[in-house]
Amino acid sequence: MKEIVIISGKGGTGKTSLTASFAYLGGSDIVVADCDVDAADMHLLLQPDFARAEDFYSGELAKIHTDNCTQCGKCAEICRFDAISVIDGMHIVDSLSCEGCGYCARICPTDTIENVSMNVGKWYLSSIKTGSVMVHAKLGIGADNSGKLVAKVKNEAKRLAEETNKEYIIVDGSPGIGCPVVSSLSGASFVVLVTEPSVSGLHDLKRVYELVKKFNLKAGCIINKSDINEKVTQEIETFLREKNILHIVNLPYDEQFTKAMTNGQTIIEYDKNGLKQMIVDSWNKIKQTIN
Amino acid sequence: MKIAFTTKGTEWDSMMDPRFGRTEFFLIYDEEHDELKPHDNRSSSNDAHGAGPKTAQVLFGLDSKVLITGNGPGGNAASVLKKARIDIYVGAGDMTVRQAWEAYKEGKLKKF
Amino acid sequence: MKIAIASGKGGTGKTTLSVNLSAYLAEKEEVVLSDLDVEEPNSGLFINAMAVHEEEKYKMVPVWKEDQCTLCGICQEVCNFHAVIQLGEMIMVFPELCHGCYACSELCPTDALPMVPKKMGMLKHLRNDKLSFIESRLDIGEEQAVPLIKQSHEYVDEHFPDDIIRIYDSPPGTSCPVIEVTKDVDFVILVTEPTPFGLHDLKLAVETMKELKKPFGVVVNRHGIGNDEVLHYCEDEDIPVLAKIPNDRKIAVLYSEGKLIYNEVPEVKQELDKIIAYLRKLKQGGVQ
Repeated sequence: MKEIVIISGKGGTGKTSLTASFAYLGGSDIVVADCDVDAADMHLLLQPDFARAEDFYSGELAKIHTDNCTQCGKCAEICRFDAISVIDGMHIVDSLSCEGCGYCARICPTDTIENVSMNVGKWYLSSIKTGSVMVHAKLGIGADNSGKLVAKVKNEAKRLAEETNKEYIIVDGSPGIGCPVVSSLSGASFVVLVTEPSVSGLHDLKRVYELVKKFNLKAGCIINKSDINEKVTQEIETFLREKNILHIVNLPYDEQFTKAMTNGQTIIEYDKNGLKQMIVDSWNKIKQTIN
Repeated sequence: MKIAFTTKGTEWDSMMDPRFGRTEFFLIYDEEHDELKPHDNRSSSNDAHGAGPKTAQVLFGLDSKVLITGNGPGGNAASVLKKARIDIYVGAGDMTVRQAWEAYKEGKLKKF
Repeated sequence: MKIAIASGKGGTGKTTLSVNLSAYLAEKEEVVLSDLDVEEPNSGLFINAMAVHEEEKYKMVPVWKEDQCTLCGICQEVCNFHAVIQLGEMIMVFPELCHGCYACSELCPTDALPMVPKKMGMLKHLRNDKLSFIESRLDIGEEQAVPLIKQSHEYVDEHFPDDIIRIYDSPPGTSCPVIEVTKDVDFVILVTEPTPFGLHDLKLAVETMKELKKPFGVVVNRHGIGNDEVLHYCEDEDIPVLAKIPNDRKIAVLYSEGKLIYNEVPEVKQELDKIIAYLRKLKQGGVQ
C-alpha cells in the first residue's frame, strides 16, 4: 500500500481539485483522506454520504464549578492568557482565550477548577461517488489545529486501506508549514507539491519543500497556471532540477477548474478537452514513479 | 543490548509504524535474552501537544540503545534522543518488524 | 478605525485586497497596514517601502538552573504541553512547545526554572510616504502565532494615533490566530470567491464572526467566475457585499509578478472606491 500526499504551502493553487481528480481516477483502488481540516472542501467534489460521524477531542479547557468557588481570584491572578474574567461577581473562563495549560486548576485552593477535554470537531467515514471510502473531518471554530485531528484522519484511512487491501491512500494535505502539515506528511510514500508561478507561490514552495526534505520523502511537483508567468515557471523548474524533484506536469491557467467545481465535479468528469488528459497522464506518472 | 522498534502491533510480523512521536507501540528486543517485549504508547500518541518529546522520554525509560523507525523523529524528540544517547536508524516504515531487524543487521538502514 | 481583512479559505485574494486597499488609501491619507499572517507574511512582496525600524520579538520561556534543581519532577508534571521533560538527572525545556503559562516556573519549589526571553520572530516597520507597513514574521519551528500577533498589536497601538486607518491582513481559517487578529477590530472584511469552495469556507468565517459578535462585510474576488450562490447567500443572511473584484487574467498576471493592480485595472479602483465609501459611512455611524 502506498500513500500519496498532496500539499501546496499556499492556498488557492488547485490542490484540492487535483487531489479529488486523482481520487476519482483511482476508482476502487484507493482510500481518500481529507487532511485539510481547517478548510475541508474536498467533499464538495466527491460527495461523501457522511455515513458515520464521531466527535473528536483534543487538548483541555479549564472549567470553574461555581458552587464550590469562593471567588478568591487566585486563578485570574496567575492566568497569563487573560482567560478568566469576573462577571457579576463570578469567575468565568473565556473558552476562546484559555490555552488549557491547567495552571489554575493546580493552584485553586478549593479544587473547584477542572480540566475538561475539549471537543474540537468531528470526523467522518463516508462512501463517495466512485464507491470508494473517504475519511474527512471538520474542525470547530477557534479550535486549535494541533495536528492530532489530521493524524486521526490519516490513521483511520490507513487502517481501512490495510483492511480492504487497497493499493493507494490519497491524502489532501494541510496548508502552511506548521504541525498539521507535518502530521499529514508523516508516513508518506510520495509527496505531490502543487504550486503556481507567482512570487508568493515560489516563496511558499521553497518553505514547504524544507519539510519534505527533512523527512527524506520522495517528491514531485505540478506547476498549475504555468502560463501566467513564464519567468517564475522557469525559476520553479530550475529549483525542481536542483533539488531532484520530479517535474510531473505544467498545467495551463484554465477556468475549467472553477467550472468543474461549480458543477460539483472533478475535472476528470467535467472536462472534455486536453486538461483531463494531462491529469490522467500525471496520475499515471505518479503511479509509475512509486511502484 | 536492547533495540526499540516503532510498531503498530506487538509481534515480529507486525507492521512498523513510520511515525515516532505518535507511534502506537514500541517493541523492545532484548538481544541477550532473545526476548521481545511490547510497550503501549497510545496514551502519549494521543496527546495534543508535544507527543514527540514525551515519547522520547518514554523510550529513555525503556532503556534501549538503538531505535529503528520510519521517518525519523522531529527536532524536539531528536534532541531528547540525542541527550539519551540513543542511536536512530530510519527508513523501515514500510517493513514488518522482522524485516526491519534484518535490514538493520545487514546495515541497510540509514543512520539518522 | 481598525479593519481586519480575513477569509475562511487561503488563496482567495486577502493579501491582494490588503495591499491594494492600503496603497490606494495612502495616496490621500495616513494608513497603517499590519501583516499578521505571521506564518506566511506575503504582503511585503507587494509593498515598496523603506525600513524605518526592525526589532526582535520575544516570548517568555523557562530556563533550567541545574545547581538549584532538586529533580523533584514537579515541573514536568505540571506542563500540559510536554515542553519540560525530565530525563534522568537532567531537565530539558522545549521553547517551541512552551505556551508561556509560567506554571513550571512559579510552582518550582527551588526557583530552578526562571522565565527568560526567547526570540520567536521579527517585526519590521517600513514606510513609503503616507503608508506605514508593519510585518511580523514567526521563526520557522515556532508553533504559537498568537503571542507574536499580540505584540504586533501592541507595537501598532504604541506607534500610531487612534484616528488613522489601520488595516490588518489576517491569516486564513477560523482558528486562534484569526480570533486574535479580529477580536479588537471595528470591522472585518471577508474575502471570498464565488465558487462552492469559496461559499463553504465563507460560511465558516461568517459563523466565527457571529460568535465574536463582530460587524463584517464581504468582498467577492474573481467575480464572474463560478456562480451566484455567494451573492444569494449574502442576500439571504443580510450580509453587505462591499465590492466585487472582477475575474481577470491580467490581475492574476500582475499578482504573480508581485505588483499592485488598482492602477492597471480601472475596475479594481472603482471597486476599492466602493469599499472606501462604505468604510467612511461606517466611521460616521451611518451604517448599522
